[in-house]
This record gives sequence, structure tokens and C-alpha cells, in this order.
Amino acid sequence: MDFIVTLVNGLSLGGIYAMIALGYTMVYGIAKMLNFAHGDVIMVGGYTVLVFLAVNPVLAIVMSVIFCLLLGIVIEKVAYKPLRGASPLAVLITAIGVSYLLQSLALIIFGAAPEFVIIANLGTLDLGPISIKYSTIITLVATVIVMTVLSLFVKYSKIGRAMVAVSEDRDAARLMGININMIITITFAIGSALAALAGVCSLLNVPTITPTYGAMPGIKAFTAAVIGGIGSIPGAMVGGILLGIVECLCKAVPEIAPYTIAIEFAILIVILLVKPTGILGKKRREKV
Amino acid sequence: MALLEVRDLQVNYGLIKAIKGVSFDVNEGEIVALIGANGAGKTTIMHSVNGLISKAGGSVHFAGSDITHTQAHKLIGLGIAQVPEGRRIFQELTVYENLKMGFFIKKSKAEFEMRLEEMYSHFPILKERSSQIAGTLSGGEQQMLAMSRAMMSSPKLLLLDEPSMGLSPLYVNIIFDMIQAVNKQGTTVLLVEQNAKKALSIASRAYVLETGRMVKTGTGSELLGDEEIRRAYLGG
Ligand SMILES: Nc1ncnc2c1ncn2[C@@H]1O[C@H](COP(=O)(O)OP(=O)(O)O)[C@@H](O)[C@H]1O
Ligand SMILES: [Mg+2]
Repeated sequence: MDFIVTLVNGLSLGGIYAMIALGYTMVYGIAKMLNFAHGDVIMVGGYTVLVFLAVNPVLAIVMSVIFCLLLGIVIEKVAYKPLRGASPLAVLITAIGVSYLLQSLALIIFGAAPEFVIIANLGTLDLGPISIKYSTIITLVATVIVMTVLSLFVKYSKIGRAMVAVSEDRDAARLMGININMIITITFAIGSALAALAGVCSLLNVPTITPTYGAMPGIKAFTAAVIGGIGSIPGAMVGGILLGIVECLCKAVPEIAPYTIAIEFAILIVILLVKPTGILGKKRREKV
Repeated sequence: MALLEVRDLQVNYGLIKAIKGVSFDVNEGEIVALIGANGAGKTTIMHSVNGLISKAGGSVHFAGSDITHTQAHKLIGLGIAQVPEGRRIFQELTVYENLKMGFFIKKSKAEFEMRLEEMYSHFPILKERSSQIAGTLSGGEQQMLAMSRAMMSSPKLLLLDEPSMGLSPLYVNIIFDMIQAVNKQGTTVLLVEQNAKKALSIASRAYVLETGRMVKTGTGSELLGDEEIRRAYLGG
């Protein structure tokens, strides 16, 4: 029975990682860059919730998503767009700079001490021997909805198809009349909105926040994206869920628990050794 | 006034001057061939017309308007479509989805169905394979798809960059028949080819490009009969 509870918790945590990993992987696939400031968007989303929580919890969640969505667009326009075509190293360093900028701003505004962000007191679902926190269930439901909507959007909407085309062959996509800059903007917007949602789910589970709140989930989700195959949307989902389950299983065993992070990264290394492109990643074809 | 007017075009890759002042015209209704050896600068000229690379000098006019600095994604709306070198179909999308991408800028569902049926009637194999992932098609089938994808938007001008590259003679003939067919239906064609014989045989006019310069021009049959051209490009 403990095993089932651990598994459900793992799925839920994995869902959070997957929502964040989707942002990394979509931006990588479409803009061909690693947005290392992505984790910090989660933190900004968390503080946005804190600011509006006094008014209304639902409003706080909505504002968090909207604010992060706009933040993603602004970051892309101000920091990354001028570097289109620059060396990947320059872009990477800029992304790290954006990350520190966001953390420092949060530090100035909210201070270093942890803030409590209690969106709701949800309690626990008791099913005889199994008891699962409602926050876990809500996270799971949110994950399933997000993944379904995103998959349908990418598969069937015109913009979704354009995203696939751009990620596969940017120049060929331009020849079809696709405005690359617009697609990149939309990608950042979606990724950042998902990061905000992931932040809300995290806060439902553990309701404290600091300026470095996004760092660890950011790194974990990035790992998940690479495990699943960076650039692949289903890969980010698989990688996130896998990592979440591994993490919860490790933490459930007292003898193994201290080594949880080491085990997660060991899995990353093993998977990359066996399949360098990640579980669902595809090798990029050389163009003739 | 020509449909496409390229004047004194210059393109550099860093310090390398790839195109050193090239001028040419494509008149409405023509098939104009641009022939030249590997590395002569044919693809570079195509990319200067379609906006994928920036120019160091010169101008490009299409249907009277200056498109020298127009962004690549706006050209298809003006009526310029391209079959790029190496086909560049979307390998992960299905045949049908690729054709849909060719119609990306347009909205009319009825027109889409009409264009689709027309492409399928040119190349029935594409209809049979409509739900197949495009990356699994043979080279010849991919070229048919690339041509059809470009024709989905009913362009005024079709740019073709080495459509015969890597194809068996059978497929080369199929593709060249298609080029002539779309031309007869009113699409102007600018055709870049290393396969000079084939290109000259269907071209109204042709230009010969050597290391970034136009060295010769004439009608297709003139150039086919030209002694120098025969020696350099047609194997004697
Ligand atoms: N991206 C590039 N960077 C540097 N040089 C290039 C690039 N693309 C093409 N060139 C050079 O420009 C010249 C013309 O190339 P290209 O237009 O591809 O020729 P073609 O299509 O006629 O084979 C060649 O010398 C080629 O090496
Ligand atoms: Mg070429």
C-alpha cells in the first residue's frame, strides 16, 4: 500500500517536472537554445501568487500564469532575440545572466527569508489503507489536462503544426510563410505559462518560497528533458514522470534517500550513454 | 517589365565574395534556367531572391515591387514559392501535412481541397501515401512532394533548386514533365540545375553562371548548340 502511495506521489512530482521540462524542450526545439532562466520563471510565478493571494486564491493563480506568460515574452524579446544567430555560448551566458537578474530582483523585493504561500488548505483523501493528499491529486489532474491540451494543440492547430515545422527545418518553414519570430514568441509564452502552473502545483505541496525557489526544480526538469530527449514534447513528459517516480521511490527508502539526487543524475548518465539523444529524442539529420 | 528583375546582385560569405554582381530577368510565362557547376553560386542566388540570406549589394524586384530586403516568410504571400535544394520536406510530418504546410498562408478550405486534388492528380502516389510520414518516402517521391508543396499556394513564380539532384532518370523525367505542366498552366519558373542538358531542353532562356558571375545567356536551344557550353556542361 505504501508503494502505491509512493507511486502516486511520484507521478504527481513527475507531472510538475514534466510541465517545467516542456518549456525547456519546446524552447530548445524551436529556438535552438537552452533557456537556463526557465526555472526562475517558476519562482517569479510563486511570488506573483503570494502578491495576489490576499485578494483571492483563484485570481492569484490566474495572475501568476498571465504574469509569467508575459515575462517569458519579455525575456525572449529583450535578452535572446538580439542574439539570434550569435554563438550558442553567448546565448547560454545571457540566459544565466537573466537567471541571476530574476533571482536578485526577487531578493531585493521579497528578501532572503522564506515566505509562506498557502494557496489553500486541502487536506487528505483517505481510502482505508491508502491516503493521498488532495494537492497531489490536483497536480496529477492538472498534469493530465496540460499534457492533453498541449498535445492536441501541437498536433492539430495551425500554430502547433508551424512549431513542428520550425523545429524540424527553420529555413524550410520560413519558405512556407511561417514567421519564425512569432512562433518563438509563442513558444516562450507557452513554456513560461506552464512553468507558472508547475510553480502553483509545487506550492500546493510545499508552501514556502525563496528567491532560489526555481533553481532545483529547474535543474531537475532540465535533466528530465534531456533524459526524455531534448526537443521532444512526449520526451519531456516521459522524462519528467520517470524522474518524479525515481525520486519518490528513492526517498521512500531511508537507506537510499540521501543519495536520491546522485541516483537521478546517474540515470541521466546511463541513459545518455545508451542513447545519446535521450529516450524519445531523434538524431538530427544532416541536411544535404 | 519582367516578373523578376535581379540587378547587380552581390553576396558575401564573410570575406568570400560568392556572387559578384549578377543581373538577370525572368519574364512572365517563361522557364528560365540558371546553369553552372557545383559551387558556382546558384543556390546563393536562389536564397538572395527568397530572402534567406542578406545581400551585400544590388536589388531584387518582383512584379514591380522591391523585395531586396523583404523577409523570407513574406514572399510566399507575394507569389514566390520555392523547392529548395535537397527538397527539405518536413520529414516528421505526413505527406498530407506537408502539403498543408505549403498552404500555410492561405485560409480558404475550398481552395485547399482544390489544390490538394490537383496535386494528387499530378502525382497519384502522393494520394496513396497521404498519411505516410514523409521521411519514409523515396527520394523521387520526396521531390514530387516538395514540388507539390510549393505549388499548393498557386505561386506566380516557382523557384526550383536542382530538382533532379540524386534522382534516377525516370524520376527526373517525371519532375521535368511536371515543371513544364505547371508552366503551361501559367506559373513562371526559375530553374537552377547542374543537369544542364535537361534544363536547357525545357528552358525558354538560360543564363550560365561561373564562380559568381554570369558568363553567357541565350535561349535554351542556342545554348544547347553552343560549342563552349557543350564542352563545359554537356560532356562534349
Ligand atoms: N554558408 C556558407 N558559408 C560560406 N561559404 C558558402 C556558404 N554557402 C555557400 N558558400 C560558398 O559560396 C559559393 C557558392 O555556393 P552555392 O551557392 O551553394 O553554389 P551552387 O549552388 O552553385 O553549388 C561556393 O564557393 C560555396 O563554397
Ligand atoms: Mg546549390
